[in-house]
Amino acid sequence: MKDFMFIFRNSTEAPQPSPEEMQANMQQWMGWIEKLKSQGKYVAGEPLLPEGKIVKGAKALITDGPFAESKELVGGFFIVKAETLEEATEMAKDCPDLPTNGSVEVREVMKID
Amino acid sequence: MESSVQNSKLVDHLFRNQAGKMIAALTRVFGIHNLQLAEDVVQEAFLKATQSWTYHQIPDNPSAWLMQVAKNRAVDILRRNQQARQYSKEISYKLQHEAENIIEQLFHDSEISDSQLRLIFACCHPQLKPEEQIAFTLKTVSGFGTKEIARAFLTNEEAIQKRIYRAKQHIKENDIQLEIPVGKDLVKRLETVHAVMYLLFNEGYNSSKSDELIRHDLCSEAIRLCKLLSEHKAGKDPATYALLSLMCFHAARFESRMDENNAIVLLAEQDRSLWDTELIRMGNYYLNLSSAGNTVTIYHVESAIAATHCNAITFIETDWNLILKLYELLMQMKPSPLIELNRCVVLAELGAVDQAVDRILSISNIEKLLKTEYLYNAVLGDLYLRMNKTEEGTDLLLQAYALTSSKAEKELITKKIQKANLSRS
Repeated sequence: MKDFMFIFRNSTEAPQPSPEEMQANMQQWMGWIEKLKSQGKYVAGEPLLPEGKIVKGAKALITDGPFAESKELVGGFFIVKAETLEEATEMAKDCPDLPTNGSVEVREVMKID
Repeated sequence: MESSVQNSKLVDHLFRNQAGKMIAALTRVFGIHNLQLAEDVVQEAFLKATQSWTYHQIPDNPSAWLMQVAKNRAVDILRRNQQARQYSKEISYKLQHEAENIIEQLFHDSEISDSQLRLIFACCHPQLKPEEQIAFTLKTVSGFGTKEIARAFLTNEEAIQKRIYRAKQHIKENDIQLEIPVGKDLVKRLETVHAVMYLLFNEGYNSSKSDELIRHDLCSEAIRLCKLLSEHKAGKDPATYALLSLMCFHAARFESRMDENNAIVLLAEQDRSLWDTELIRMGNYYLNLSSAGNTVTIYHVESAIAATHCNAITFIETDWNLILKLYELLMQMKPSPLIELNRCVVLAELGAVDQAVDRILSISNIEKLLKTEYLYNAVLGDLYLRMNKTEEGTDLLLQAYALTSSKAEKELITKKIQKANLSRS
């Protein structure tokens, strides 16, 4: 088994969801995590707050988030276990945010022996 | 599983119902002219909840957790605004301290129901148009999204957004306050609130156009709001109880009105064992409470009609004489072609089919109604069939078929036509 990281991005242009939609979405996420846990594939995960800073360049130039110019915002990440990149990618298809234009970046965690 | 235990801590519509409560408390803090700010705070609280609960765990008391987040945010905003003002440290501290005490009180349960009532009165302000009152109430008091409201009223989101925008503007421009009216004002304002809730319920109950799920939601929301009203000292008047009992009786029959193929099941053929006995019990309970005092409203009479249907063990045992009297009373209170039509249906049940037909034909403007409203054709057609005037009856039913856009109504009409013409041949 290898470790993979799921990086979740949300569209910042999606219309504001209603309370009912937010609750339904949350319950789908809980269901997904539960499924991965029951398969022994869930390692960890954390949400990210929308605010932040960017430090860039030799002069360490600081700019403020939220990153208004970008159309996507990283909202959180998972670490999961899978045999191959293909399997991990297949698992990522269950992400509840895909219908609202969210995306999942699937990356293998590099192991240095 | 850990998460299913987690999920079970969440009741249905928790966010939606909680949104209304948070908005009610927050508008008391910021004023209703700052409704947008209150809405932003609520949205933020939900965002925080979804992230924290998904990745960690749902708190033992999710609604209290949400309220706490909203309250803390309100205090934060106040602090920041306070700092921007130029007072001495001493004055600033005292003002802040005092304000935080008030906020603390406003987030107490008893105060929240009071705030919800104030919000209902503002959203159902008589100067707003009915469609604005309904959309604004659903959005602000009930926590519905514009998409959900649009789906319930078969219109697009922009139309709903416009209605809500107009309502908000009106409240700002006319400086409408969050208050519970008193004395004579209260009686008048309650009438508007009742009317909005009645419309809301009927939209869910009668519209065969929108989908079942959202219709159920509208009905249960109307019942929830009416119950809220009935539990508050300013709202618990006989008319509120009568309206609430009416809703309970109707809602009790919800499940039996459609069969598994979404076809309409007529009252005579409904499986009465599907009727919700708990709701009928509640209906009787509230109808009983509504009889205090001397006022008889249309809700009293309509509820009494619904009660007579609900309390009849079989269709044949229905007390049609009582129902006829009640419709006559209703005609005196609120004369309308629709009530007259209903009264004629009762007459026909009592055997006076000829008389019923004559009366329908003498409704003023009946020619116009027969050209635009399918229901008049459908009822009249049905009565002709009972008189064995198959040709006239079929013609009218065909017109009804052409006038309705409801698939379920069309199927019912087709069935009737087929049955009548089969027995003839």
